[in-house]
Amino acid sequence: MPKRIGVLALQGGYAAHAKVLQRLGADVIEVRLPEHLAQCDALVMPGGESTTIIRLLQRNLLDTVIVERANAGMPIFATCAGLILLSKRIASGAERGGQPTLGLLDVAVVRNGFGRQLDSFEADLQIKGFETPLRAIFIRAPIITDVGPGVDVLATVDDKVVMVQQGKLLAAAFHPELLNDDRIHAHFLDAVVEH
Amino acid sequence: MSNSAAIGTQTEKSTWRNKVGLAEMLKGGVIMDVINPEQARIAEDAGAVAVMALERVPADIRKHGGVARMSDPAMIQEIMDTVTIPVMAKARIGHIIEARILEAMGVDFIDESEVLTPADEEFHIDKNIFRVPFVCGCRNLGEALRRIGEGAALIRTKGEAGTGNVVEAVRHMRTVLGHVRKLQTMDRAELMTEAKNLGAPYDIVLHIAETGKLPVPNFSAGGVATPADAALMMHLGAETVFVGSGIFKSGDPAERAKRIVDAVMHYRDYERLVDISKGLGEPMVGIDIHKMSDTEKFADRGW
Repeated sequence: MPKRIGVLALQGGYAAHAKVLQRLGADVIEVRLPEHLAQCDALVMPGGESTTIIRLLQRNLLDTVIVERANAGMPIFATCAGLILLSKRIASGAERGGQPTLGLLDVAVVRNGFGRQLDSFEADLQIKGFETPLRAIFIRAPIITDVGPGVDVLATVDDKVVMVQQGKLLAAAFHPELLNDDRIHAHFLDAVVEH
Repeated sequence: MSNSAAIGTQTEKSTWRNKVGLAEMLKGGVIMDVINPEQARIAEDAGAVAVMALERVPADIRKHGGVARMSDPAMIQEIMDTVTIPVMAKARIGHIIEARILEAMGVDFIDESEVLTPADEEFHIDKNIFRVPFVCGCRNLGEALRRIGEGAALIRTKGEAGTGNVVEAVRHMRTVLGHVRKLQTMDRAELMTEAKNLGAPYDIVLHIAETGKLPVPNFSAGGVATPADAALMMHLGAETVFVGSGIFKSGDPAERAKRIVDAVMHYRDYERLVDISKGLGEPMVGIDIHKMSDTEKFADRGW
């Protein structure tokens, strides 16, 4: 039976993720409430605004169930704001710290780590295990710092960590769903979900 | 903002995909007009996905009359320093320098807006040459596609700002999306003449005929006052909503802001919309469009 992949559809780039996953043959379920998550074997947490999404997670009682499922082994792929929400903590910096997160991924993140929108950029990214670079789109993107011992760094930009994996948790600071290059989603489905 | 040295290999900043990508990330959120840091914080706490920083909301621009211009950069900066969500600000139609000032101070999105008094009654800003993304208003598909041709990374139907009356927002959304559906039924020979009649770039007309979608996100603005209004615009095909006067001109702005955010997310869940709509107090006072003279309508500004 094909695995059912939930896409957190509270706000942000969820439709683009769903399209890529469907292109790869996955059975996609939009997740807005706990009962939707209950039908899923894995979850994608898209980009958007992390301050908005965390509030919507709490108001729709999804925050605790995601943590419970992840602790029970549910694979999660998180991008941009999704990465922020997945991380253990938000490093204080120019931006306000202290925003609640799900605390699953043993890293800290700096929100808008590269700057505001004018500093948004594209770059060719060398990803561990990929033969050729991937064109990555960074939009007001976070930076990963304080990588814990169980966390594997998969990609960096100028020595700044932008993609990691910790067991069944895969997270990227950029937006692979906005490309026609499906390799990261395929890696998630083949090597994380099916493994 | 610094235009710092190249990061990594083959790095490009402020690409078209970066601009449209930010618009994509705003989908399903609510963008709220705010006039000071306190309101900006209320909006962010309610779950706004971005704020529009301006000195007066459209309802007050109507009341005060006179020429409405770009807001004081000091006031916009204060709001940028207060919230972590993207901050948008408005420049007058055709006012290249207001837009350059907003870009230089690092706002995340510029709204070339009919709510302000136009600086140019013939030409819009050439938005393609800017590093900052732009959003522009439209009443119909031709207007939307001209703005996209000029470089707008996000389109919003205009509605009639500052009225608290959703009727024009509905009219403009139906007009734009009805025309998208019409293009999908036409053959190649018809599409060139249709592009001529629309006054729109042919390549974008072809793109829409093939995909059934605008090449950039399409949001709704101008007249949303209640959670039900916001849900209505989502039902009609908006990818999210801007709320201007509707929040901070109502009885309980913090609660109304939160409810409108919830209504956008749950627009298909009618049982939930009952609770979202309950006991919300006074909405802003609305204006009957038919009692307004043509010169009072902001939506007619734009060419």
